[in-house]
Amino acid sequence: MPRELTQTEGNGLALAADIVSGEYSLPAERCLEIFRLMVRARTMEERMIKMSKSGEGYFWIGGPGEEAFNVPLGLQVKKGRGPDYDFLHLHYRNSGTLIAMGMPVLDGIRQMAMTWTDPHSRGRNFVGHYSVPEWNVLPVCSVIGVNWVKAPGTAHVQKRHGGDGITIVVGGDAGTAEGDFNSCMVWSTRPGHELPVLMIVMNNGYGISTPAYTQHSELHIIDRGKPFGIPGEVVDGNDPIASWHAIDRAMRYVRSERRPYMIEALVSRLYGHSSSSGAMRVRDERDCLAEFEHKLIEAGVLDEEAAARIHKAAQDECEKALEQALKEPKPTAADVRRFTYASSDYDVVYPDDYTGLPNGD
Amino acid sequence: MATLVQAVRLALHYGETYLGVTDIFGEDVGPPLGGVFTATQGLKTAWNTPLDERGILGMAMGIAYAGGRPVCEIQFCDYAFNTIDLMKIAGNQRWASGGNYEMPIVLMTPSGSGIRGSLYHSHSFESWASRLAGWKIVMPSNALDAYGLMLSAIADPNPVMVLLPKALLRVRGEQKIPGEPEDEEELKRMIDAPVGDRTGWQPRWPPVQEYFVPLGKAALVRTGHHATVVSYGRTLPLCVKAADELRDSDGLEFDVIDLRSIFPYDWHAISQSIMKTGRILIVNEDTEVTNFGEHLLRRVIDHHYYDLLVRPRVLLGQHIPGIGLNQEYEKNSVPQLPSIREAMKALATEEA
Repeated sequence: MPRELTQTEGNGLALAADIVSGEYSLPAERCLEIFRLMVRARTMEERMIKMSKSGEGYFWIGGPGEEAFNVPLGLQVKKGRGPDYDFLHLHYRNSGTLIAMGMPVLDGIRQMAMTWTDPHSRGRNFVGHYSVPEWNVLPVCSVIGVNWVKAPGTAHVQKRHGGDGITIVVGGDAGTAEGDFNSCMVWSTRPGHELPVLMIVMNNGYGISTPAYTQHSELHIIDRGKPFGIPGEVVDGNDPIASWHAIDRAMRYVRSERRPYMIEALVSRLYGHSSSSGAMRVRDERDCLAEFEHKLIEAGVLDEEAAARIHKAAQDECEKALEQALKEPKPTAADVRRFTYASSDYDVVYPDDYTGLPNGD
Repeated sequence: MATLVQAVRLALHYGETYLGVTDIFGEDVGPPLGGVFTATQGLKTAWNTPLDERGILGMAMGIAYAGGRPVCEIQFCDYAFNTIDLMKIAGNQRWASGGNYEMPIVLMTPSGSGIRGSLYHSHSFESWASRLAGWKIVMPSNALDAYGLMLSAIADPNPVMVLLPKALLRVRGEQKIPGEPEDEEELKRMIDAPVGDRTGWQPRWPPVQEYFVPLGKAALVRTGHHATVVSYGRTLPLCVKAADELRDSDGLEFDVIDLRSIFPYDWHAISQSIMKTGRILIVNEDTEVTNFGEHLLRRVIDHHYYDLLVRPRVLLGQHIPGIGLNQEYEKNSVPQLPSIREAMKALATEEA
């Protein structure tokens, strides 16, 4: 039997066995790391939902229910800037990925609080619309599907550049109805010009409020890759251990073969589509965080007190971040036009940035 | 002298040789065709794409994110409408990310009527394009400007759309591109792919030189004190011809302004000319409801209401669903020389 845990949740790890899930396993230490990150991502999202209801923020959309996949994804990204590293075309439910990559909770909260210090969008975009140039996290866009047509472009540069950097593109199941999904498969498999694109479909079974089974007849979305010779697999996205290995297999294939691969992760959507549908807790879908916590306790690498401490620490972190964010400067009227244009020596009207209509307002 | 489309080709050659262009791509852009109008023949970075306009623009954006410098082509602007949301995204990436990402892409596409193109090869695009904040939009009316504007579009680190007037693509310039050979037949032998089998053909590029037409800078192509005409693209040479004819026939002299940049536009040039003449006509061939020319008219009214001697006016394309193939349709849908000359004469002779 695995041993009990002592004062701090990390202490007993050297003695703990691997955690097993079906045919896969991960070291206990890795599982605890994933668990802590899942807790932090979930807690941040739940704090943001409260912000959307208290008036400290407006619209909320995010990723509770996708953490078991998104955290292992973030931990396995080859993180850096430029074509030697992975490019990430994410959707607006990827908070777990960003937290796993090292984004401070404060930076997520800043976007929700619409501060000028929001490093992703300067208080301009909805929450979850990240952009981190240091990590090749490209600006997340509310328009579903468009990621699929931008991803081959970064992969095209990576293929030419050499190295093992890949392009990771994420979208929901409903967004695969857009023609852009097809475009991604066509452009990533042009004969002789195959591209290192890891296509990830997060299948939560809904398009906004509409159940997928009322609109889609394909059994699996990955089946649509078959005519293009794109291998793929369906993974239980509520299982972080299975997800970790699916991502590992996919990344190894794409990094070495320089060809596309598709993962369809079956996930939950625990607070509905967004705050527009009330962001109420959904009780009839699997909760990956509760399941994993239970599993780790069952395995003896965690006990309830240690789990409670992890949750409490995450809550404290979020409260502190919110307190900080609310003190920070907000955008002003003078900031409206900023960052429209990059400086140019070839433009006589806007040599620096946009300044209103040409030669006056 | 080079034709406008040869000028574009020379500019792209200069761009991929000296300005860091990494990819020139679109439908039929690579060999063997080298572009449906031959704009991309012989270019070392030109390649063919699937017939997928959204894919083309997405590819350009992706290349730019990853540090490349792409020039993409939509074969006709008539087929760009399904990319409008991607154009919006390209235009907002820098703003939306608070300066985290830039979007140095060039999109070139033939625009306007004049090639007997029927419904889907006659559209204009500049009014749509002018609504895409974050972009810069240019439209040359001659070969040298096409060369200089393309070089500026490539060198500018923002998304730039180069609208090429379909009707003028094969028109020879009156001014030499720096480095262009004296003999236009020699230029043709050097850079035009042979008809038929092109296997093994390689261009011999003339030593073209750096020549930038700044974005946002109009050209005053005729000067006169009676009235001002502002145009660009296909209708610009018609305005020039009408001005020359009216000078000879009626002694009327016009400022003819070739706007060249749709956005940013050269407000200073327009404003200065109005202060001189007190009369202005804006001519383009896009459809007349919510036309870019109407925006200029609004600026004119806002800034120069009390400087105008007669009502300011526009001459634009009709608000109809398309341009019909029979030339009776086309010539009665969009401004032609007689209607332009008539409008200019009325403007210059109306009693103040």
